[in-house]
Amino acid sequence: MTRVRITVNGAQEAHDVEDRTLLVHYLRESARLTGTHVGCDTSNCGACTVLLDDSAVKSCTVLAVQADGHYVTTVEGLSGPFNGLSAVQEGFRQEHGLQCGYCTPGMLMACTALLNENANPSEHEIRHALEGNICRCTGYEMIVRSVQWAAENQEAQ
Amino acid sequence: MSLVGAKVLRKEDPRLLTGRATFVDDVNPTSCAFAQFVVSEHAHANILAIDVSEALRMPGVLGVWTAQDLRDFPDLPGGLPDLERPPLATGRVRWAGEPLAVVVATDRYQAADAVAAVRVEYEVLRAVTSVEEALAPDAELLFPQHGSNALLTVPMLDDLDRTMDSCDQRAKLHLVNQRCAVVPIEPMSCLADWSVDGLTLWATHQAPHHLRNKLATWLNIPQTHCRVIAPSVGGGFGAKIVFAPEFFIVPLLSKWTRRPVKFVQSRTEAMLQMTHGRDQVHDIEVGFEKSGKIRALRMVVSQNIGAYGDPTGLGLPVLTTWMAAGCYKIPKVQTAFRCVATNTTPVAAYRGAGRPEATYAVERIVDLVARRTGVDPVEVRQRNFIQPNEFPYETHNEAVIYDSGNFPEALNECVRLLDYSKWRQRQAANRNDPTKPLIGIGFSTWIEIAGFGPNGSLEGFGHLASWESTQIRVHPDGSATIFIGASPHGQGTETVVSQIASDELGISFERINVVHGDTATVLQGIGTMGSRAVPMVGSATKVASQRLLVRAKKIAAHLLEAAEEDLEVANDAFSVRGTPGKKVGWSDVAFASFQPLRLPPELQAGTLEERLFHESPNFSYPSGAYGCVVEIDRNTGKTKVVQMVLVDDCGTVINPLLAEGQVHGGVAQGIAQALYEEMRYDPASGQPITSNLVDYLVPSAPDLPNYIAGRVTTLCPNNPLGAKGIGESGAIGSPPAVVNAVCDALSDFGVEHLDMPLLPEKVWRAMNPVSEGARQ
Repeated sequence: MTRVRITVNGAQEAHDVEDRTLLVHYLRESARLTGTHVGCDTSNCGACTVLLDDSAVKSCTVLAVQADGHYVTTVEGLSGPFNGLSAVQEGFRQEHGLQCGYCTPGMLMACTALLNENANPSEHEIRHALEGNICRCTGYEMIVRSVQWAAENQEAQ
Repeated sequence: MSLVGAKVLRKEDPRLLTGRATFVDDVNPTSCAFAQFVVSEHAHANILAIDVSEALRMPGVLGVWTAQDLRDFPDLPGGLPDLERPPLATGRVRWAGEPLAVVVATDRYQAADAVAAVRVEYEVLRAVTSVEEALAPDAELLFPQHGSNALLTVPMLDDLDRTMDSCDQRAKLHLVNQRCAVVPIEPMSCLADWSVDGLTLWATHQAPHHLRNKLATWLNIPQTHCRVIAPSVGGGFGAKIVFAPEFFIVPLLSKWTRRPVKFVQSRTEAMLQMTHGRDQVHDIEVGFEKSGKIRALRMVVSQNIGAYGDPTGLGLPVLTTWMAAGCYKIPKVQTAFRCVATNTTPVAAYRGAGRPEATYAVERIVDLVARRTGVDPVEVRQRNFIQPNEFPYETHNEAVIYDSGNFPEALNECVRLLDYSKWRQRQAANRNDPTKPLIGIGFSTWIEIAGFGPNGSLEGFGHLASWESTQIRVHPDGSATIFIGASPHGQGTETVVSQIASDELGISFERINVVHGDTATVLQGIGTMGSRAVPMVGSATKVASQRLLVRAKKIAAHLLEAAEEDLEVANDAFSVRGTPGKKVGWSDVAFASFQPLRLPPELQAGTLEERLFHESPNFSYPSGAYGCVVEIDRNTGKTKVVQMVLVDDCGTVINPLLAEGQVHGGVAQGIAQALYEEMRYDPASGQPITSNLVDYLVPSAPDLPNYIAGRVTTLCPNNPLGAKGIGESGAIGSPPAVVNAVCDALSDFGVEHLDMPLLPEKVWRAMNPVSEGARQ
């Protein structure tokens, strides 16, 4: 077992983990933050996407020990002026960018990272920024609209 | 203001957007252990021995169990008599991935380690993965006692040859409707806690009561001691109606280890163990006149059911043959089908379940009639449509009576929104310019069977009944909880049910809460499948609200000393028509409903609760017209959907935002089937070769287009809402529109048909045929 210190959503915690423990399992089981989901075992679906020091990563492809000393933001760490929701979260609500909601935490984190890098992405840029995130419910157009809503309204933050 | 028909944002969203929703794997009781299944390496083999001794010595392992330990339990419910599926493979494995033993360990990593330490000795048998191989004279039989791999055959009564011969022309197609993996993003998962007070099973399921009833029987425990909870469910699309063996075995593991036990499939496991969809082969033939008028249609369906007959899977070809003639008035229709066992994952419902296959076949052959006659595909459809004044329309099958529709108008609207003539011009302009992509235009005018269903319809699939239930409870403060039997998994049913109830009861949307997915709180339910939630539980809620309101008005009238018939209700209050200011709040009425001294004499305390099991006299029949334009890259064969027009008729729309979302999602799955997805097996070994999301191409955002939506509305006469259902329409209507467009683009190459998925290589080969001489 190895002791790791990871700052998750602003709070530093220390836990003993096996070297092979995936970051997503650390977040869900050690940090007890179950908003981050697992949808595949080949890093294709993106349901487990979180921010690692501001970059979107798939937390099923990062070992917890690799995140030692780093900052992680999960869906539970998002907040903003829209009744407590961030512009990206509110955009998904306004534009019906989610149905079952299982892929949504990963989508929200990937979209947050996109808008942090590019405040006004084109539709083409949005679609390609999300190519690592699979949604089986929406057909994606409403997710694209959600990101566009967030881009148009994020100055409110 | 009416909420029905309004774009209302979802009640469900805040919890899902903040990571606060509870999916099965998010429930973490103290001392929870983890189960992991040992699955067959071979597609077809006799099990000679299973050695668990090394696994038992692994760290954290609490036990390993095989079929031997389950011999006191029956096979899984449903399926064909004497050919049912055992919960763990017994004596023989019938597909690569079939569970044959299970390990429980204190954490999920240790459980996975121990699985690798279980040694299984096999005697390998020849495998069959397709209908054709399975029916070969020397094929290895999956169930030797049955004598054939064709487990169920329904023959044709009349081959229609005489009618066909009397027509100007005949045309036939051999179509493969390929096997698809369902891929809800949340895989199968369950958590069982068998305590002294009984069993609680959290399960990702579309029909929790259905599961509870069968599970209690299987375990031989009273239903009252068997609680099934379907919390937030991460997509279902049909694969979560199934009685997966995990749901039956994991409770026993909890009982035997005396602690909660959880099982969560990996995606690779889900690809092999979650039921697949489609996998039908069609031989379809029509006889028609030079005008394009079709006089006879015959369809033979061969359904690959996989290794066992799932109760839903066995019903798929029934639905396909029911809907064989689509929205056309064809005087003579004959169908037949057979269900064939193969060494593959069992096949069951996948969004549309039997109807996408029917639509695909008839829409492909209607396009072929257009091609052979030279009549435009739009015009051929118009000449064959059932007309709006011909409903109710009795089809070739007595169970199927189309309720309403306006097919000519839907197609006209589709043609208009698509700007059809413009695209025909562009197509012609590009045809002779090799620097430009090929353009193809395709239509699909479709009708499906939904709103399951009338009494007797779901019983055939093993369900308790076909109604759906609602139970409305008004609390002392005038807020309401509605318990619904149709447990959703992304459809937004909490929102639409609240809209309907709010309109009827005058209780504000925010003061209505909807509860579902728990057999301890919801009286009884059937489930969410077959596009039934809105027509069934929506109708139940509308009528139950009206009945409850009658009693609420009696109380309000009593309190106001007014006549019931003078009362109106809105904005959480009852007021007297024509007497401004004379009103009483819903909260006062609700409070009084629990106080006998304030009630009118004919009512008793607690009267403001209403439950209703809504029965439907018929199915509903959503329909529509979809139009697709594709561009094909001449160098690579890659197809791009550049225009997708979706004209839907789902009757009354409760929430246009959610209806649009349902159509988009279904169309995405339809385009995916047309262009990308296919679950494939190596024919020699029977091994799956698309068993993860690297090899199986689920499209992501860059792979799919935007959609243009239109609407035609004919009300469903068979329920009080007039709603037909919309959950499966997109998946049913879209694949033939895409394939028709691609075949249209390739018509200059003499291509009449290509099977799905239309991957670039297949399209490129169609454009670049190798001549016999060159091949040698």
